[in-house]
Amino acid sequence: MFRLEVRTSTPAWFNLALPLLAIVATLVLCSGLIALAGAGVLESYGVMFTASLGDSYAITETLVRAAPMIFTGLAVAVAFRAKFWNIGAEGQLLAGAVASCFVGAIPMPGPLAMLLMAIAGAAAGAAVALVPATLRVKFKVDDVVSSLLLNSVIYYALMALIEGPWKDSFSGYPISPPIEDSANFPVLIEGTRLHLGVVVALIAAPLIWFLIVRTTLGFRIRVTGENPEAARYGGINVERVLISTALLSGALAGLAGVGEVGGVHFQVMSDISPGYGYSGIVVAMLARLNPFGVVPAAIFLAAVMTGAEAMSRATGVPAFLSDVIQGTALLAMLVALLFTAYRVRRVGAAR
Amino acid sequence: MPTPGPLIEMRGITKSFGAVKANEAVDLSVAPGEILGLLGENGAGKTTLMNVLFGAYAPDAGEILIQGQKVRITSSADALAAGIGMVHQHFHLAPRLTVLENLLIGIPGKSGRLDRAGGLARLAEISRQHGLTLDPDLPVSALSVGEQQRLEIVKALFRGAKLLILDEPTAVLAPREVDGLFSALRSMAAQGLGIIFISHKLNEVRALTHRCTVLRLGRVAGRVDDPANTTSAEMAQLMCGHEIVPPARGPSTPGAAVLTLDGISTSKHSGTVLRDVSLAVRAGEILGIAGVSGNGQRALAEVISGVRAPDAGQMTIAGQKVSRFSPREVQALGLGRIPEDRMTTGLVTNLPLADSMVLPRIGTAAFSAKGLLKPDAIRAFAEEQIKAYDIRCPGPMTRAGALSGGNLQKALLARELAFDPKVLIVSQPTRGLDIGAARFIHEKFLDMRAKGCGIIVIGEDLEELLVLCDRIAVMYEGRIVGTLDSADATIARLGLLMTGAEGHS
Ligand SMILES: Nc1ncnc2c1ncn2[C@@H]1O[C@H](COP(=O)(O)OP(=O)(O)OP(=O)(O)O)[C@@H](O)[C@H]1O
Ligand SMILES: [Mg+2]
Repeated sequence: MFRLEVRTSTPAWFNLALPLLAIVATLVLCSGLIALAGAGVLESYGVMFTASLGDSYAITETLVRAAPMIFTGLAVAVAFRAKFWNIGAEGQLLAGAVASCFVGAIPMPGPLAMLLMAIAGAAAGAAVALVPATLRVKFKVDDVVSSLLLNSVIYYALMALIEGPWKDSFSGYPISPPIEDSANFPVLIEGTRLHLGVVVALIAAPLIWFLIVRTTLGFRIRVTGENPEAARYGGINVERVLISTALLSGALAGLAGVGEVGGVHFQVMSDISPGYGYSGIVVAMLARLNPFGVVPAAIFLAAVMTGAEAMSRATGVPAFLSDVIQGTALLAMLVALLFTAYRVRRVGAAR
Repeated sequence: MPTPGPLIEMRGITKSFGAVKANEAVDLSVAPGEILGLLGENGAGKTTLMNVLFGAYAPDAGEILIQGQKVRITSSADALAAGIGMVHQHFHLAPRLTVLENLLIGIPGKSGRLDRAGGLARLAEISRQHGLTLDPDLPVSALSVGEQQRLEIVKALFRGAKLLILDEPTAVLAPREVDGLFSALRSMAAQGLGIIFISHKLNEVRALTHRCTVLRLGRVAGRVDDPANTTSAEMAQLMCGHEIVPPARGPSTPGAAVLTLDGISTSKHSGTVLRDVSLAVRAGEILGIAGVSGNGQRALAEVISGVRAPDAGQMTIAGQKVSRFSPREVQALGLGRIPEDRMTTGLVTNLPLADSMVLPRIGTAAFSAKGLLKPDAIRAFAEEQIKAYDIRCPGPMTRAGALSGGNLQKALLARELAFDPKVLIVSQPTRGLDIGAARFIHEKFLDMRAKGCGIIVIGEDLEELLVLCDRIAVMYEGRIVGTLDSADATIARLGLLMTGAEGHS
């Protein structure tokens, strides 16, 4: 017989070991599916690895994919720290993409365009996140539900835009007009797609860490998330903290959209995000809401995505596997988190 | 009176949490019909020992015997099956279910259905025998704390407990409810039940128990064979290893009023409302607020703390009118606050202790500048207070929730007193604290009083109020029904006022 016993303390190495363990468990669990699909497990994982991290070009491709998930991961991590349950990073990303595309299409000097795109995208994401936050603060509407539902609203608004006013009049494709060439984010390594936005994402992680750990706003976010009553009695305006958190979280998710428009697609189309907003939740959980952890977690998921595509081409395993791996990773991490609070104890059979 | 042959015996129980030896080679026994007092300072290991007996922790060494038979208890289900029932300090009830449904949880019914009729009959019988009346159809959420405790006791009896463990049951009860509990416990003991009773209130222990075991630092420090004829001072000496002298409250020379309430009324929120409450606390004075809980004390504390704006009336702190009723405003005017519920409105249990210690003043120049924290200053402040108040913990970065109740209370006290408040409002300041810790807290209040701080103490423990306060106001149904000088106050007079029997003084 085994049972769970509350842990008295959590060893420090757990914080590092658990996500790694969760990842290993995920790969082991998913190997069964690969075998079922009729491919060699080691071979498939080998293809996945070389295609995503095997050479320098593959690494840049993985980083390009990781960038939006770093932003959405940070967005979710910040929000969850305050227990503002922002499930709406997807919609906020789309809003950011639309706003930056709108700005990027206006002719102006490149650097100015890029700056304004970022500001517009962040503002749009923040504005979207403000909706569930306000509903919660003013009317006690559940933020999980409202932020999630808003994703569909934004998605269909985007569709209406690209099927309507923005529709390409030549080809008839539902895509927006491209942004100005001068507004395209500069590529950092010739011959790759590694753009400026990736670097900004990598810099954002330590900045957000600093904000959470070293600023009074971060302090208030942490305290509000852990114990809103104590925060309120301690003179913290809990409502204001929630609103600030939502704005920050939405802005970060919006920046994910900006990077996709300015650095990857240069326009908006219906599938501009393959669920980067939802992946952000997985990333944040894998990172245990630590902004530094968001970077490796996002890179892991990005590697899985690029790798799964290559694997599917090489071995015929459906690329859906990437979604399965993501979902399994989230579950594995949630189980792993249980072990930070509990440990398994062996007990003799009850009398 | 106890009959020979122990009902339960624990031998050589040892249990460590990391480096902390919570129990070390503890022996304890209870005879049928015996009420055993388990005493000890905060952190002495009482709860741990009882959790071992109840199967929540596996001991590192030692054995448990029930009626001479060695048993292994590895879960609370085992304990219940072995006839051991425990009433924890935090109740384990399902709030939406009714009293009867809570009783029937985990009890196999006939062909998968709840045996309501059988349950009702047993409940009626237990109620009648021990005077533990409960309405079977009320949901638990509608019960008072005292009634919930009664339900926990009935639940244990319902499952045929032969030994009942009560961990600080009186900490949550009003004095009148304590009497009811004691007569029920005596009636159970008379029927041959063994009872283990944990309390920090030595007069209760002397009145109720037949024998006591005293723990100190996890070991048995001594036993008391005749509690009724042992003085509280002698017991305290056993618990702490040294004498505890109650602090002497010298004469006070109150100055100007530092906190005034004038015609404060509230209506909007649930619970008791305040009706036209006026009072004044002067510098260098301790004002007690007595009353059966639920008569508006909470609302009063909330208004003074700035979390609740009154519908009518005015409040001043240090001569300044309070206009917005926000916690930040009253703090800035010089109010310090030690809440009734340390864990929910005081501290943030999941974050480092240091964070909780600076929480109300995080925005001040002491701990931040231009929106940036000063981590070194925060740490240094916490370290300083930990030293000054002898808060037992590994350090300022320890999770606050890992501290014992007494140490949490010291931490809250340190946090508020560090900034020399002009007015201090405290609720139930020594609830759950051992007499050494309570003594320490009382001394600090008297120090603050000597320094000219005005203090309001909201409490139900009349003896404590009489020792500590210069004046005592009594609340009844949201009003102040009388204010007595402590020199003229007696427990009897206060008790009468608390029931609303006596008019204005
Ligand atoms: N789950 C735990 N993890 C780590 N340490 C613990 C745990 N439970 C208790 N301790 C430690 O063991 C010691 C004994 O604690 P215990 O709760 O048994 O004391 P107690 O006598 O019940 O005190 P109190 O009067 O405050 O309730 C303390 O030092 C406490 O900090
Ligand atoms: Mg205890």
